[in-house]
Amino acid sequence: METQTLEKIIAEHPYFAGLEPEYTSLLVGCASNVRFDAGRYLWREGEEANQFYLIREGRVAIEMMPPHRKAIVVETVGEGEILGWSWLLPPYTWRFHARAVEMTRALALDGKCLRNKCEQNHDLGYELLKRFAQIINHRLDATRMQLLDLYGKR
Amino acid sequence: MANAEIDPMMPRPWVVRRISKETPDTFTLALEPSDGGPSGRGGFQPGQFSMLWVFGVGELPISISGDPAEEGSLTYTVRSVGPATQALVSHGAGQSVGVRGPFGTGWPVAGAEGKDVVVVAGGIGLAPLRPVIYHVLRHRDRFGRLVILYGARSPRDMIYRKELAAWARHKDTQVLSTVDYGGVAWRGRVGVVTSLFKYLRLQPARTTAMLCGPEIMMRLVARELAARGLAAGDVYLSMERNMKCAVGSCGHCQWGPHFICKDGPVFSYAHIAAMLDRYEL
Repeated sequence: METQTLEKIIAEHPYFAGLEPEYTSLLVGCASNVRFDAGRYLWREGEEANQFYLIREGRVAIEMMPPHRKAIVVETVGEGEILGWSWLLPPYTWRFHARAVEMTRALALDGKCLRNKCEQNHDLGYELLKRFAQIINHRLDATRMQLLDLYGKR
Repeated sequence: MANAEIDPMMPRPWVVRRISKETPDTFTLALEPSDGGPSGRGGFQPGQFSMLWVFGVGELPISISGDPAEEGSLTYTVRSVGPATQALVSHGAGQSVGVRGPFGTGWPVAGAEGKDVVVVAGGIGLAPLRPVIYHVLRHRDRFGRLVILYGARSPRDMIYRKELAAWARHKDTQVLSTVDYGGVAWRGRVGVVTSLFKYLRLQPARTTAMLCGPEIMMRLVARELAARGLAAGDVYLSMERNMKCAVGSCGHCQWGPHFICKDGPVFSYAHIAAMLDRYEL
């Protein structure tokens, strides 16, 4: 029952739309339901990155620790979004902290397992890379907009 | 458009009835007429602006941010960024301000009837759009869904925070806000205003969008709306330039073939899309 639900969730997610059913099944095999209470860290900067999350409910803050200043939140990731791509690219370590702002439910996908499957099946690897490239592209656009400091001085 | 009985170049005396702090540098002033003249009724179209004369300092174009249905007063939200705006927000209740106007084109609220209304505001750009929100909520049955997307630099820079929360409780109204940077205590969204679009289900053929904020923000939002299927003719932007006479005579606010004060400040994206991409215009 849970497997069917996971399959449905992944198959209907916009980032995985059009994925071959056999690849969706592979993803499901690497997926599990997780829950984080508000304030809990999903990971911290420098830790090994071996998973990504499909957020189903709640909100996660991406935090940076600027030198000599308090931590700042540079982005939040919410319902329906994908969180984390450092599992896909060497050196497979997280660059920022990720903290649940509120109680968050997600599908956790085992990135290490998927990396190995992608090495064995390059078609799967290409399909995943195309999808994650879109996410990275959107985040890069958003970061450039933030750098423009649209609303003026502090 | 200025009242025909009044010389549009002659400021009329109004007094500050109330001033409230929105953010550390942004204040909302409610003015009422002190001479009982014909402009004292305070009627305006959402999106119009007034020229506010700070006696002894200078004159400023400021968008009207109050309820268009409220008679006898005009409300302005002002960010203190220079000597004239600093002097204006330093006024106390009972102090006089010269008022000319209202001037300029308004938001197409009548044309948006029967359709969904998407309001996208950045920073203090929510102020010129607030009259639209009041109007739509007052005449709720005339419009489809109301979607308010609001972006600010940080939580402390957000204006009308209580009202944003109150608007979200209205039927068929969706309010999404975000900030570019947040502290760890901030529980809301962090990300640029365009990141909010992923939470929307737009019906492009029956939607009118109204944008106000920094020009580059409006340009990027207009592109995002186009990518989501909205026709350029259904997207409206409020432009800003240095305005002086407010009646299209002096040329200070000329923008290509347009005078912002007279032909704008609200323009259809269909008419100005090409100009938005030109540098130093």
